[in-house]
Amino acid sequence: MKAEKKTKIVKTIRIDVDQCNGCRACEVICSAVHAAPKFSSNNPARSRIRIIRDPLRDIYVPVLAGEYTVAECAGRDKYMIDGKEYDECSFCRASCPSREEFKEPDSGLPLKCDMCEDEEDGPQCVKWCLVDALIYEEREEEVAEDEGPETLEIGLESLADKYGLETLMETMARMAKKG
Amino acid sequence: MRYAETGFNLEIDLTRGNIEKVATDPRDTELYLGGLGTNAKLLWDRVPPEVEAFDPENLLIFGAGLLCGTPATGCNRTIVSTISPQTKLMAFSMMGGFWAPELKYAGFDKVVLRGKSSELVYIWINNDKVEIRDASHLKGKGAVETAELIQKELNQPKAQVAAIGMAGENRVYYASIEQGRSSASRGGIGAVMGDKGVKAIVVRGTKDINIAQPAEYLGLCNEVLEYIKYREDHPIPGVMPILAGLGSPQEMKVHDEKWHTENFMWGNSRTRRKDFWNDEIAEEWTKTMEDSRTRLISCYNCPMKCGATISMPGLPTYMMKCFSKLTYTMAAFSDLDFGLRIAQKATEYGLDGFSTPQVMAFALELLENGILTDDDFPGMPDDSEGRFYWLLDRIVRREGIGDILADGTYWAALKIGKGADAYAHNNIKKTEQLPLKLSMLNPIYFLMYSTGEKMNITQIEGQFPQAPFPKREHREKFVEDWIQVPDDRFKQYFLDWEPRGENSMPFYPTVPMVCDIVDWQERMHYIDDALGMCAGLSSFPLKPPYHIHNYPKFITSGAGIEMDEEKLTKAAKRYRTLVRAVNIRRGMRRADEAPPENHWKKRFPELETELLDAYYELKGWNNDGIPTTESLQDLGLDYVSEDFIKRGILDK
Repeated sequence: MKAEKKTKIVKTIRIDVDQCNGCRACEVICSAVHAAPKFSSNNPARSRIRIIRDPLRDIYVPVLAGEYTVAECAGRDKYMIDGKEYDECSFCRASCPSREEFKEPDSGLPLKCDMCEDEEDGPQCVKWCLVDALIYEEREEEVAEDEGPETLEIGLESLADKYGLETLMETMARMAKKG
Repeated sequence: MRYAETGFNLEIDLTRGNIEKVATDPRDTELYLGGLGTNAKLLWDRVPPEVEAFDPENLLIFGAGLLCGTPATGCNRTIVSTISPQTKLMAFSMMGGFWAPELKYAGFDKVVLRGKSSELVYIWINNDKVEIRDASHLKGKGAVETAELIQKELNQPKAQVAAIGMAGENRVYYASIEQGRSSASRGGIGAVMGDKGVKAIVVRGTKDINIAQPAEYLGLCNEVLEYIKYREDHPIPGVMPILAGLGSPQEMKVHDEKWHTENFMWGNSRTRRKDFWNDEIAEEWTKTMEDSRTRLISCYNCPMKCGATISMPGLPTYMMKCFSKLTYTMAAFSDLDFGLRIAQKATEYGLDGFSTPQVMAFALELLENGILTDDDFPGMPDDSEGRFYWLLDRIVRREGIGDILADGTYWAALKIGKGADAYAHNNIKKTEQLPLKLSMLNPIYFLMYSTGEKMNITQIEGQFPQAPFPKREHREKFVEDWIQVPDDRFKQYFLDWEPRGENSMPFYPTVPMVCDIVDWQERMHYIDDALGMCAGLSSFPLKPPYHIHNYPKFITSGAGIEMDEEKLTKAAKRYRTLVRAVNIRRGMRRADEAPPENHWKKRFPELETELLDAYYELKGWNNDGIPTTESLQDLGLDYVSEDFIKRGILDK
């Protein structure tokens, strides 16, 4: 049976690194809008957007804070784009032990972009970026509603193949008892 | 709690290696605001006139403006103040970039250096942790190179570095302090930094800056952003492109250099090349710029793109802003390719892009005229470009003739003698000026040039159009939305200003009008310099987003200091007068207040006397340019008048 489709809104900030002038206004306003009370202070070290910048190498990458991760990647790759070398982390949104980005400076607690959901006019970094490096877009995406169970079955099958169905069931029962 | 400012200065005694975090007096903020204002107060209080530029008692102050680090767009200036080796007066060169906000986030409003380190050091400010570190391995390194090396050795890519090059280390009188895409270049402050044995000041800060009335303040900031957008869509018609928009003159963006190359002087500010610009040159220079310019870039929290990253084939990348694009080119009678190449070297050496080319052109003129001889230039190549490179290398090392030239045209001419002073012809207060030689006296510019203590016309002029518009209907259109004027009478001055006839220069605007206009223009620059606002969004361009009507609100809601237009005007007058007082105490008088003799062909000595007389009176200065006891008392500067009386500068 074919899965039922439904649409959802995906909030997107289209980041045009060629337009970025490296001014960090996005960091300024982000930290101000998330201050408590709102706008009462600002501090780019608290911002949930960072410009990874290396002016002499013409590298300007605005990155929005994503999920927290407990461990850094095992390997870190390099990307060559238009003759410029980027560290993989330049594009990574994680608050990660490997770097100081996206952590509260005092507590070290991770920061995450909330797309300024409390602001009527959307993400403030976009509003403050007059050079159009950040453009807010909403797009509709079709997602299969019952995709979840199907995917789960495929996953469980592969585990059963690997460990045997019996071991898998025993493990599940033990996990269920633990709650 | 202190708002907008941190309330602390970092005091470093380089002789003893002592570092102190000193709380400042909030009453001083109210009286002198911050940045230049409070810098001037420190210099008045602590550097008596007997102290010379290279004495250990001289202070070198890096002051962040009062509103730096707040969300106010374009507020990022560091105001560097000291006693200049070149003028022997107070220097207050400024730089944009990223340094001042970072200092505020580190928890300091100023870094105050005194004494001298016996070894070359750099200062590393990481929030509250401050270290004086060995910099012997950085000796002779370029300013841009130094910044990179330090960021790497500290593993601090986000640290902001203000550094000197070889010129500063060797105390060249026009050495700059370089920082990212910006530099504080005028007055030889880089030489004072080198004399103190400091290669760089490195800052990283991760603390908050607080705002007194958050919602009001952000409302104002948003209005400014809206206005910037509006002005981008509405350039001012009828003026040349670089004056039509906001920001510094958009030299990195604009390719048409007809106006500069045909109206500014070439060589040692001598030769006008009226038919220089043609299609072929336009095409060649455009290609040079487009091939080397990788990106247009900005200072902290500013959407204007006044700078650019420049990568000339075969040379390290550097960042350039504004008119240094053409100063070397024109001084050497060369092309843009040469200009951008030698500027790379000069940026690493850390040199002022206005003075340096002129000093070199001056030397070559002396050679041409037999005042210097071939023996003074052993091994110098024959071509103009080669000569400029040769001279540049000798100046920054103070080798041979370079040692004399390193003091600038004024002092070099004194040393050389034999009539060399006639060739140091483009100075005001011993400082080389933009190479402009014009025809008819402009009374407004006469006063700004004469009485300016910033030594650089671009940091004095602005707000009021440089020339009348030919048609009345255009003038009427211009004044329609001219909200920045402090009073509607300025609109009338402009409406009645004609290119020819009775209401034209030099006798119109009339003397009182000229005084009024100059006072307004100067006031706006001084306010910017205390708040840390870039002149490019405020005092320099026509119809800027910041002006006398919204500034008081920014200060009230940002810094929590009750402010209105009158109080702000008075505060600006107070520290402007204090700057003058520092200089008066160091011997500056009316006789020093003159533009170069040949700046205009048609001069009007009587009118010029009248202009100075009237302006001094408006400013509350006596006929010798000294602030009077009465005006000092009115500004609460009684301590200045007492000092003046004690020293016999003023009568009891």
